[in-house]
Amino acid sequence: MIKLDFHKSLSDSDGQMNLRIKCDIRKGELVTLYGESGSGKTSTLRILAGLLNPDKGVITVENTSWVDTKKRDYLSPQKRNIGYVFQDYALFPNMTVKQNLEFAAHKGQNKRVISDLIELMELGDLNSRKPQTLSGGQQQRVALARALVHKPKILLLDEPLAALDYKIRLKLQDYISRIHKEYSLTTLLVSHDPGEIMKLSDRVIVLEKGKIIKQGMPDEIFTNKKISGKFKFIGEVLKIESHDVIHIVSVLIQNNVVKVIADKSEVQTLNIGDKVMVASKAFNPILYKIE
Amino acid sequence: MMNWDPLFITLKLAVVTTAILLVISIPIAYWLVNTKSRSKPFMETLISMPLVLPPTVLGFYFLLAFSPGNAFGNWINEWLGLKLVFSFGGLVLASIIYSLPFMVHPIQSGLSMLPHSLTEASQVMGKSKWTTLLKVLLPNCKTSILTGIVLAFAHTVGEFGVVLMIGGSIPGKTKVASIAIYDEVEAMNYGAANFYASVLFIITFCILLTVYLINGGYLKRFWK
Repeated sequence: MIKLDFHKSLSDSDGQMNLRIKCDIRKGELVTLYGESGSGKTSTLRILAGLLNPDKGVITVENTSWVDTKKRDYLSPQKRNIGYVFQDYALFPNMTVKQNLEFAAHKGQNKRVISDLIELMELGDLNSRKPQTLSGGQQQRVALARALVHKPKILLLDEPLAALDYKIRLKLQDYISRIHKEYSLTTLLVSHDPGEIMKLSDRVIVLEKGKIIKQGMPDEIFTNKKISGKFKFIGEVLKIESHDVIHIVSVLIQNNVVKVIADKSEVQTLNIGDKVMVASKAFNPILYKIE
Repeated sequence: MMNWDPLFITLKLAVVTTAILLVISIPIAYWLVNTKSRSKPFMETLISMPLVLPPTVLGFYFLLAFSPGNAFGNWINEWLGLKLVFSFGGLVLASIIYSLPFMVHPIQSGLSMLPHSLTEASQVMGKSKWTTLLKVLLPNCKTSILTGIVLAFAHTVGEFGVVLMIGGSIPGKTKVASIAIYDEVEAMNYGAANFYASVLFIITFCILLTVYLINGGYLKRFWK
């Protein structure tokens, strides 16, 4: 169990912001921090990792104190045993893929874990390559594998998939979900993409200007109500056309455009660019096999 | 028969100075990049002073400070057994201070160009600052370190005022090539002056050329 309860005053482009986080994260949970840029998501991860110290408050992990500002007690990042995947991956350019993983190992640690991770993340062919010769998706896989070499209990992912294109993102989501289970991690993810969040996370914490404004299951957060739909997807509104009495809303779901008929009252609340969920429950969807 | 001594002394001075500079400049540069201390601008100014100060000013104060005629110089002389005026040891110390900015500045800018996430990634893996510096940061600013080494070396080879003031011009001991050239010209001995001058010219040219070849990646392409 991770208990976070702290204040930190941060300065950003709009001036001063007060980051106030109070929440618990259960062991084995995959929790996503969601919110606009500048809402304090990355700072929260950095504070948990010890790369930034809060002004006031406590952080307790499994009943051991990591931060207690009253006692001026700050556990160094080296001792927190955290896996952190940075937004820019932070792979060491002077080392090959394998050396990057080996560097992350503790002294005298069994090297089995490295070969296991290379296998799990399918990095075998890239072993002797330098990071700058890899594609974004490959670099991401190396960064993910490297973050796990020293067997952390907590994995922090700072918008790990934001810079990747759609297909690779889907594949990496599978990797993340696989390692989360396989290594029984407690994972904290920063993400902008509701589709990704629905797919991966157990719980979402929504931040706005440094405060937690909502938290709950992804379904509740993104649709405001529980939908027990048989079939549901998250998409983005591309176009709203009106045809006499009905309206046709074009929604981009993953990389397909879907047209959905909506009535006037529904359309009034929608704007182009809004995230929406397309769900159906009265009828069975029909499956066609694609060759 | 040409006297090779001044060239050897120059070379020895440059090698010793560069080696010591490399060792002390890395921690200084690392400190300057990472410190939040208010004394940083003062330290930066002190380190950069030799860039703008006439070498004779530095030489003059060295001479005053280390002269056995005053308390401090006398203390060093008696307690540490070091005679820093008109000796090779004094030349090395003066050269180190005089060439310090040429080593510190490239390394400092090299370190500050590296993304901060590299340090942080290494930290969260449980690596100490020292391991991070040695295994991650320094290997990734090799070209800056090479530039620092070459600039410090070349600058030491080329110095004149400081070595003249603090070293005197004792043949076989502190008479470096740049001073020898001056002496030979004074003595209307143009042949010898030309010999020293051309050797320095060629050495300096070769060193700088090597750096540009390495940093420009020309050698790598050639080998491929």
